[in-house]
Amino acid sequence: MIEIKDLHKSYKMGSNSLHVLKGINFSVEEGELVAIMGSSGSGKSTLLNILGMLDELDEGSYDLDGVPIKNLNETKAANYRNKFLGFVFQSFNLINYKSAMENVALPLYYQKVGRKERQEKALKYLEQVGLKEWATHLPNELSGGQKQRVAIARAMAAEPKVLLADEPTGALDSKTSYEVMDLIQKINDQGNTILLVTHEPDIADMCKRIVHLKDGVIIEDKKVDQVRAAQYV
Amino acid sequence: MFDIERWQEIFDTIRKNKLRTFLTGLSVASGIFILVILLGFGQGMQNGIAAEFEQDAATSVWVWPGVTTMEHKGLNPGRRIRLTNENYEFASKLLEDDIENQSPRIFVRGVSVNYGKEGLSYGVQGVSSQFQQIENAKITKGRFLNYQDEIGIGKVAVIGNKIAKDVFGDLETPIGAFIEISGIPFKIIGQFKEKEEREEERIYIPITTAQRVFNGGNRVNNLSYTLAPAKDFEETVAQAIQFKENLKGYLQSAHTIAPDDDSALEVWSAMEEAKRYFNLTSSIKLFFWIVGVFTIIAGVVGVSNIMLIVVKERTKEIGIRKALGAKPWSIVGMILHEAIFVTALSGFAGLIFSMGLLEIVGPHIEVDYILNPSVNFTVAISTVFVLIFAGAVAGFFPAWRAASIHTIDALREE
Repeated sequence: MIEIKDLHKSYKMGSNSLHVLKGINFSVEEGELVAIMGSSGSGKSTLLNILGMLDELDEGSYDLDGVPIKNLNETKAANYRNKFLGFVFQSFNLINYKSAMENVALPLYYQKVGRKERQEKALKYLEQVGLKEWATHLPNELSGGQKQRVAIARAMAAEPKVLLADEPTGALDSKTSYEVMDLIQKINDQGNTILLVTHEPDIADMCKRIVHLKDGVIIEDKKVDQVRAAQYV
Repeated sequence: MFDIERWQEIFDTIRKNKLRTFLTGLSVASGIFILVILLGFGQGMQNGIAAEFEQDAATSVWVWPGVTTMEHKGLNPGRRIRLTNENYEFASKLLEDDIENQSPRIFVRGVSVNYGKEGLSYGVQGVSSQFQQIENAKITKGRFLNYQDEIGIGKVAVIGNKIAKDVFGDLETPIGAFIEISGIPFKIIGQFKEKEEREEERIYIPITTAQRVFNGGNRVNNLSYTLAPAKDFEETVAQAIQFKENLKGYLQSAHTIAPDDDSALEVWSAMEEAKRYFNLTSSIKLFFWIVGVFTIIAGVVGVSNIMLIVVKERTKEIGIRKALGAKPWSIVGMILHEAIFVTALSGFAGLIFSMGLLEIVGPHIEVDYILNPSVNFTVAISTVFVLIFAGAVAGFFPAWRAASIHTIDALREE
C-alpha cells in the first residue's frame, strides 16, 4: 500500500540546514496497523506529514497504492488527499461552527457528493463511532474523546485507502485514549490500513507493528502481539 | 456561481458567523449610505442656490451710476454721474431688439409718508409699468401700475405685502385706501409679494409722478431691463454680456466716462451672475464628489481590512478543509463568493435605506441654499458595484495567500 525508498528531508533554518529524515526505507501492506514511535525531534511527525502529502520530500520515492507521489502542486495534492487519505489530529481540528454531522460530511462535499447523500453517510459513520445522538451538537459541546471520535468518523467518511493519525490520543486521558484506540482497532479489523504516530508505549502496543525512529533513521521495525484496548474500557 | 452546493455551504457559514457578517455588511452599507447622502446634499445645494437666484427675473440687467474716479477727456475725477430720461429713451431705441421689459427707477427722497395720523418709514420708488416683470413681483391684490397711470401722472401707489400687513392689517383690504406722500394723497391700487421681505417694504408710484410732483426733473436713479431669452442658457448669457457692453458703451460716451472706470457706472447682469453661481454649484458638486470618492475609498479599505481579518481568522479552517481535500481555488472561490454576496446585499441595503431617507426627508428640508436633496439612481447603483468589485479584489489577495499557505502551517494556526 505504502512504499518508501531512501527518503530524505531537511529544513532550512536560517543559514543552517536541519536534516530531519536521513534515508528512510519503509513499506506498509494493506490492513496493517502501524505505530511510528520516537521521542520528539526524531522525525516521526515529518514522516507522517510527507505520507499525508502535507509536506514534500527532498529525495527518495514514495508510492501510494501504486501511484508515485511526486512533483505535487497544491491542487493535485488536494485531489490525492481527498481520494486516498484520512487524517486524525492530536488537536482534533474540527471546524467549530459546524455540527458533528456537518464536520463528518465535509470531505464528502469536496468529493462532490450530493447534500442528502452526504448527510446519510455522515450519520452512518457517526453511528459507527457511537455518536449518532450527538449529530447536531457543535464541537465545543462535546468532550475530548467525543471530538476525537467525530474526527475519526470524518476521516473514515471519505473511505480513504490509508488512515493517518498524528498522536490521536495525545490530548486525552488514558481511559478516553483506550476508548479511541478500541475504535481504531475496530476500524482496522474491518480491513483498513492505519498509521499512527505516538510516543506512548502502551498505545503503540495496541498496534500490530511498531516502527521506532531516532534522529531521522529507523532503528527498529518489529511486529508485535496486539493488546486489545477493549479489555481496558 | 450557480453551484447550489456552494450556496448552501456559504449560507451555512453566514448563518453561523452572524457577527462577522454583520460587521462586514455594516461597513459597506454605511459607506454607501454616507456617499448617497453626500451626493444628495450636493444636488440639494445646487437646487437651493438656483432657487435663491430666481428671485429677480433671470435675465435682468441693472444700471447703477456712481462717482468717477478717473480723469477723462479733460474732466476731473470725483464727478457724480446722473442718469436722465434722455439716457433711458435713447438706450431703449438703441437696444430695442434685445429688450423685453424696461423701466427707469427713481428713489423719492426727503418726503414724509403718512397713513392718517400714522407716519410711515417706507421707501418710495418711481417706476414704470414694466418694473413688475423686472423685479419678479407677484401681485396678490389689485393691480400694478399701468401705462395710463404713467401718462396721466396718476396719484396711485402699489405697496408690498409687509406694508399691507403692518399698516393696513385692520382693514379687509388696503386697496382703495389713501396714503399721503408729502401731504399729497395717493390711492393704493395694488399689493405685491416678493421672495424677500425687505423688498416688500416698498411703495411704487408712477415714474412720471415721481419726477413731476416731487421735483425729480428728468433725473433717473437706475435703469433696469429684462432681455428676451435666447435659445439656450449659453446663448442667453452671451446675449446678456453683449447687451451689457453696448449699454455701458453708450452711457460711458454720453457721460464722458473713461471706459475702465467701473465705479462711475456699474452695469449688473443677472445672467452673468447666474453663470458664476452655476459654476460655483458645479464646484460644490465636484467637492461632494471628491468627498464621496474618499468615503468610498475608506469603505474599500474597511472592507479589505475586514476581509484580511476574516481570512486570518479562518486560516486554520482553511488548513482543515485543505487536509480534507479542498483545492486552493475552491477555498478562494468560497471566500470571495461569501464576500461578494455580503457586500452586494449590504450595499443594496445601504442604498435603499439612504435613498428612502432622501426621498422621505428631502422635500421637507427648509434651509437656505438647500432644496430637495436627491441623488441620481444610476450614480448610486454604480457606486454599489464599485464597492462590490473593490471588496472582491480586496478579498482576493488575502484569500489567495491563505489558500497557498502550506496545509501543515495553516493547521498549526490558532
